[in-house]
Amino acid sequence: MDFYLTALLQGLCFSGIALGIYISMKIFNIPDITTDGSYALGGMVTGVMLTHTYPLYISMIAVLIAGGMAGAITGLIHTKLKINALLAGILVMTALYSINLTVAGRSNLPLIGTELVFTFFHITDDVNLNSFWILAVIVAALISLIGYLLKTDFGIAMRATGNSETMIRALGVNTDHMKIIGLALANSLTALSGFLITQLQGYADINMGIGIVIIGLGSVIIGETLIGWFKSTSVWGSLLLVLAGGVVFQLVLAVTLAVGVDANLLKLVTALLVLIIVSLPRLNFIKRYD
Amino acid sequence: MIKLSNVTKVFNRSKANEVKAITDLNLTIADQDYLVVVGSNGSGKSTLLNLIAGSILPGNGEIYIDNNRVTRLPDYQRSRWIARVFQNPLSGTAPDLSILDNFRLAALRKKPKSLIIGTNALFKEQVKEKIALLNMGLEHKLEQPMGTLSGGQRQALTLLMSIMDDCKILLLDEPTAALDPRSAGLVMQTADDLIKQFELTAILITHNLKDAHTHGNRLIQMVEGGIAQDFSAESKLNLTQNDLFSWFS
Repeated sequence: MDFYLTALLQGLCFSGIALGIYISMKIFNIPDITTDGSYALGGMVTGVMLTHTYPLYISMIAVLIAGGMAGAITGLIHTKLKINALLAGILVMTALYSINLTVAGRSNLPLIGTELVFTFFHITDDVNLNSFWILAVIVAALISLIGYLLKTDFGIAMRATGNSETMIRALGVNTDHMKIIGLALANSLTALSGFLITQLQGYADINMGIGIVIIGLGSVIIGETLIGWFKSTSVWGSLLLVLAGGVVFQLVLAVTLAVGVDANLLKLVTALLVLIIVSLPRLNFIKRYD
Repeated sequence: MIKLSNVTKVFNRSKANEVKAITDLNLTIADQDYLVVVGSNGSGKSTLLNLIAGSILPGNGEIYIDNNRVTRLPDYQRSRWIARVFQNPLSGTAPDLSILDNFRLAALRKKPKSLIIGTNALFKEQVKEKIALLNMGLEHKLEQPMGTLSGGQRQALTLLMSIMDDCKILLLDEPTAALDPRSAGLVMQTADDLIKQFELTAILITHNLKDAHTHGNRLIQMVEGGIAQDFSAESKLNLTQNDLFSWFS
């Protein structure tokens, strides 16, 4: 049981990535893969700040700003230099690898005896269960904030930017600014995942971001399927289902490991899993034409 | 008042596929004029409209709106004067957003989009009243995504959205090209009503010569990036539809 609880904890920690990808891919319609870099950046900044005994909230703010800046740079390259979003993301992601090494000074930062978000308050003696409640609070706060943002006038303009650019420009919105803000927000959330995971696993590592974007994609795609099933049209509902997608994704991975798949094959399994999820709606075993 | 002086727009300058879309064009449109623009494909009608809207910027010349020089102002800054209806019904509205959200954005065309929730009960009532004027029964479907409506309904709503915020200039780029005759008639009628009621300055591009003949108080024909003929209110009345047809044969 503890095994699945750990998977659940991971899923909740990844909610930042899931929401980040949801914002960049679904709301802004931009395929952003700065994610790998900004996630590791979040982890590295966390490691440096906490080992230098900065308080948690200051570390978290630093992580959010760092991730936001990474996203804003991708946004600037994409909008001002008119470079394809995928390439812009790859450029920033690649550059971030060196930045991350420079920030940390080395490739691995263990958190030993530092303050952790998971010891922020104490409900039960079960460490994992306690972590769960703390994560639940953080995730609830995150969903409320993003949900509120998307319902405001600014949020409607964000949603329209990815939906009908000609229309929203004619209605007085600078779409370049919107995209930069959107990518900054998305990568800020991604870096927050790095912040949480680093503390969950107890160390930050330069390679922690490799292939992490697929976790966000998988979560969003499962989330989309769930949104389709539940016919959710509300903003809050959709965000919740994307998070649920992230948790389902981690649980499925946990099951594959539990049935004895070699841990070295984890990334292969992850990629196959996403492939299956993406292609399921396209594989019509029973032809229907209605 | 809209004024274009010596405006030139060349696409792909000094390349093999160079296109002179607008050449040295001078045009002054008085307040509350309803200008109809006709011309064959490639005569520069849409480029003219895009230049006024700011979607594209001119290579040479100056553009003024209400005596403000707007030559280098991008479209999202000219929106304080200008509302647009596009040829493609999909362009003027956001399909995945609800009717209400679309109208909320339209109501903020001149204002900043801030971090408050503006789609409250009061705003809903205002939108309902406005939409009820169309007699399409859409006032009860405010939460429905725009994309589920027909092209005609979307064009009519786009028109209505233009007057949600203070508007001076209405640009209509073949608004009925994708619509069936009945919807087209309804959209043109709605446009006429709004232009009269809100004292708008309007520009209509159309290939429908019947519309060109019946609507507006000024008519210009564009040929190869310039104005070939210009008819003011009185001389436009003397034109017959056959005159218009003869320009295209």
